Amino acid sequence: MNCDPYKKRMEEGAPRLDLGQIRARLEEAGGKRRWRSLEEIAGTEGFQDRLEREFPRGSSEWNDEISRRHFVQIMGASFALAGLSACTKQPVEKIVPYVKQPPEMTPGKPLYFATAMPFGGYGLGVIATSREGRPTKIEGNPDHPASLGATNVLGQASVLDLYDPDRAQTILHGGEPSDWETFLTVMNDTMARQGMDRGAKVRILTQTVTSPTLVAQLQAFLTLYPSAKWSQWEPICRDNIREAGRLAFGQYIESQYHFDKADVIVALDSDFLFSHPASLRHARQFADRRRVKAGGNATMNRMYAAEPTPSLTGVMADHRIAVAGGEIERLARALVAALGVGGNQAQGGEHADWIRAAAGDLQQHRGRCIVVAGEGQPPAVHALAHQMNAALGAAGQTVTYTGSVEGSPLNQVESLRELTGEMQAGAVDLLVMIGGNPVYDAPTDLNFGAALEKVATCVRIGVDENETSRYCHWHIPAAHYLESWSDVRAFDGTASIVQPLIEPLYEGKTAHELIDAITRQPSRESYNIVWEFWNSQKLSPDFDKSWRQALSDGVLPNTAFPAATPVLNNAPVPEGQPSQEGNSLELVFRPDPTVWDGSYNNNGWLQELAKPITKLTWDNAALISTKLAEREQLQDGDVVELRFRNRTVKAPVCIMPGQAENSVTVHLGYGRERTGRVGKGGGFSACALRTSDALWHGNGLEIKKTGESQALSFTQKHHNMEGRDIIREGTLAEFNANPRFADALAEPRPPLDETMYKPGEFKYEGYKWGMSIDLNVCIGCNACTIACQAENNIPVVGRDQVARGRDMQWIRVDSYFVGGVDAPEIDHQPVPCMHCENAPCELVCPVGATVTDDEGINVQVYNRCIGTRYCSNNCPYKVRRFNFLEFNAGMTDVQKMVKNPDVTVRSRGVMEKCTYCTQRISAARIQAEEEDRKIRDGEIVTACQAACPAGAIVFGNLNDGSSQVSRLKAQPLDYWMLGELNTRPRTSYLAKLRNPNPELHA
Amino acid sequence: MCAALAVVGAGWITDAVFWSPYTTWVRVPREQPVPFSHKHHVQGLGIDCRYCHTSVETSHYAGLPPTETCMTCHSQLWTQAALLKPVRDSMATGIPIQWNRVNDLPDFVYFDHSIHVNKGIGCVSCHGQVDEMPLTWKENTLYMKWCLECHCAPQSEIRPREEVFNMDWQKPADQAQLGAQLVAKYHVQIAHIENCSACHR
Repeated sequence: MNCDPYKKRMEEGAPRLDLGQIRARLEEAGGKRRWRSLEEIAGTEGFQDRLEREFPRGSSEWNDEISRRHFVQIMGASFALAGLSACTKQPVEKIVPYVKQPPEMTPGKPLYFATAMPFGGYGLGVIATSREGRPTKIEGNPDHPASLGATNVLGQASVLDLYDPDRAQTILHGGEPSDWETFLTVMNDTMARQGMDRGAKVRILTQTVTSPTLVAQLQAFLTLYPSAKWSQWEPICRDNIREAGRLAFGQYIESQYHFDKADVIVALDSDFLFSHPASLRHARQFADRRRVKAGGNATMNRMYAAEPTPSLTGVMADHRIAVAGGEIERLARALVAALGVGGNQAQGGEHADWIRAAAGDLQQHRGRCIVVAGEGQPPAVHALAHQMNAALGAAGQTVTYTGSVEGSPLNQVESLRELTGEMQAGAVDLLVMIGGNPVYDAPTDLNFGAALEKVATCVRIGVDENETSRYCHWHIPAAHYLESWSDVRAFDGTASIVQPLIEPLYEGKTAHELIDAITRQPSRESYNIVWEFWNSQKLSPDFDKSWRQALSDGVLPNTAFPAATPVLNNAPVPEGQPSQEGNSLELVFRPDPTVWDGSYNNNGWLQELAKPITKLTWDNAALISTKLAEREQLQDGDVVELRFRNRTVKAPVCIMPGQAENSVTVHLGYGRERTGRVGKGGGFSACALRTSDALWHGNGLEIKKTGESQALSFTQKHHNMEGRDIIREGTLAEFNANPRFADALAEPRPPLDETMYKPGEFKYEGYKWGMSIDLNVCIGCNACTIACQAENNIPVVGRDQVARGRDMQWIRVDSYFVGGVDAPEIDHQPVPCMHCENAPCELVCPVGATVTDDEGINVQVYNRCIGTRYCSNNCPYKVRRFNFLEFNAGMTDVQKMVKNPDVTVRSRGVMEKCTYCTQRISAARIQAEEEDRKIRDGEIVTACQAACPAGAIVFGNLNDGSSQVSRLKAQPLDYWMLGELNTRPRTSYLAKLRNPNPELHA
Repeated sequence: MCAALAVVGAGWITDAVFWSPYTTWVRVPREQPVPFSHKHHVQGLGIDCRYCHTSVETSHYAGLPPTETCMTCHSQLWTQAALLKPVRDSMATGIPIQWNRVNDLPDFVYFDHSIHVNKGIGCVSCHGQVDEMPLTWKENTLYMKWCLECHCAPQSEIRPREEVFNMDWQKPADQAQLGAQLVAKYHVQIAHIENCSACHR
């Protein structure tokens, strides 16, 4: 008998939504209605039920096979003894010192090392925290041009990958363990033979490479074996951008965007805040132009975005239109015509208002505007953007150019096509692959897997054993970047040395060592390879000194590429692709906002991270528009067959408000057949539909309902706060007219002394900690969430538990929709603990496990907590997380290494929540007290604050009038979430402003 | 009546056991791989605490000497002693010595040595007269109740910073007054250290 109401609901499915009714309700509300989910508007029975319960019905009930009676019987003995558990002695612990203590290490104090993380081949400078010789946390390097001190979700999560128990651990030869010496001997013989015909049957396949050392090694290899070839393939392929450089300038170039100088931005399917090598820098600069100060004449930049699916960048726009990927080119041409540029044909039609307004704004801000296109758009669109930037005077001002940063830029799809052809023809004897997973993510029409079987000897070096390594005769475990000596270039050419923080856990090798192994004998170690390369560059007279300086700073000075002034080809840009005909559906491919291209598929933190806007976890889905959902009668979780170019994949759908009507978006990186325990069985493979002629979008998609449904795990649908002014937003004009406009949105507040606490009883005279979160600049990237997870030992709970509302992340980014259901505005709001002065959670704890200390922090004392969960019940913000199960059970010794020793690892049965990084506050206080001074502003940076690329989160001392947080809270946009409850939260928000063009009634 | 006596009796026995050295290990030396004598090294030879416990002024962890530190002397002295064989073996094989913790706090307590030392709490205040211990034992229960006695009234235990490592310093007759002066001089934040967040995270 199925007594499990949760399972029952999952089997029966959620109640069907009537999208037409939802649309009507929102239209009645006059466009300004704010909502969190479609279910909320529909007011479905299941939803109302969930509203009243913090956790879905059945989530804390007894669901196992064992009956209650049997349980009491088997636990009887334990119950009898339970009372005596406190009477046992504390077990004896060992304390183990070093044999030879490293002199630079003070046990108990972390060391920080600057290194760099490769992201799509480009470098992001990071500072890694090392505790007793193991890295536990990644922060950005403030001195690195690409990070400016911030990190993205992938950077924050990369430390978990280091300790992944599913990593490749041994050298495998035909699936059997082997060793490096044997490999070297075999390679030596192989290369001797191959050398006889100048390496004509040797091929190397890498991902995008900017590493100067590796490039030099590969070029040396190609000099030794002139008939060998080096191909590249990166699934998040930037071919369109590269080829546009050749189209517009006759050469491969790199465009740099200076968003700090731009007043107007037009983004054509561009996600420059997330999927660009300089995205962190863009976020910082964009945020700086988005922030407003008080006063009647505040200014902000204005962004227009056109894209098929809501991206982090697109939802920040003031005017966003949902346009199919294949239609963007037509839009770009219309914009060019409206600007009066070149000989391009003017075209009217849809979105004429938007085009006119954008063109007008661009012209009014000549030299202070940017037109940018994304990697998914064909080279024609990029070339048009280059022409527009030149015509608008942006080129040289807000858009500058350098030579390509890549070691060997080329058309990656073509190089892969050529390679596959040669492999299929049996012309390749030795294929050496550095990283990557082309069997999974190469365009399916190339049939890379089948071609790989024809290669006589295939060698791969990689961090994980994946679909590709299954075909490889030799598999070498790669050293993670935190274990490697290497180097990498940032988007502007700045080189950084990648230095290891720990010896390779599994005798991993670097790509440098592998290439050396096939180039010369005896092979060197990575350290020597990198050192010798930079020594040979003669960058400074005293190399030893400059080497040490580079390791300390994380950047090699004066390695940024000089500005180039390429000559623009102003001829009319030939048609890139025919526009979408009729009602044919379009399939859009996007990198996944949490697992990227699949290389982070086995990372538990990223799998559990709720994707921006959809809040989907642990799976990917086919995102469809509300209109398409209505037409086809589709709901979240309905499984459909996606039929595209004679290939079929089954996928669950997810309704995405704001999606272009006939576009269906699928995210890469899931449906991996050969991945670790975390990624197994998750999602469907969008790569199976991806062909070389439609890498990013293509029309001719058919969807067919299967009648099946799949239970998807969302986080947002659990925490719902009805109809209150959780998020306050308005326009710049409203703000300039009345800076305190946000107050008008508030519910009336009761008198401040209407509280069970004695008002003003406690005077916070020492430090008074508080936090301000600026909604204007939050881009919803979720770096804060993963940073908090890494810093505070937050466990991963799995798909099933997330569906029961038991996700454990302490800070979440909520999404709110404003307006209609088809094209709403979307706002993000990070929600950590509010640290209320009149905390509702403290009143109800029967054992005093949560108290406010003398500095205002709402402290959670795990050892007192008995797990009644009344505190969470009483919290209006729902920021408390309960350990329903032993989520930290079963960790291997290697997995334990990622834990931060300064933070308790919580066991089952205790409540936890954001602590304002109390361990960081403690460390700063101890340091300051020992130096007999006060803590300075900016000395304590919470994990979320440190990670945020936009600088949205600011923490500090409210009793210090000159602190940044005090100044932010003094701004008129500052408001308390649910302030009418008289909780007096220490975390407050700055209301979100948009800057719409008065001509457009948006 | 008998039942009531039985309950009271059981309670009294539990209490006695709970507070006895059997449970608290107070003044009960723990077995160690090497029977290290603080009395000999500190009182006899005059070695300062910090020679071995090197990070007590800079870190939360006072530090236990690496084998190398022992060998600074024992590579020259007592080089054949059987008692020191584990030390020599450790140096030779590179395998560290596994000591049994004497002063151990539960994992949910985050104690910081450097701040205590910095604020004028002597080693002796918590660890007792270590220089008179032929084998090392725990001098105080280290229970939270015991910690709070000082945290709520640090003037009772505080001493001048220069005397922190002085094994022979005795509290003066006017400790209360001196203590109050030192608390003010060293900026001991009593209001803060009474909070849960001072030690628990």
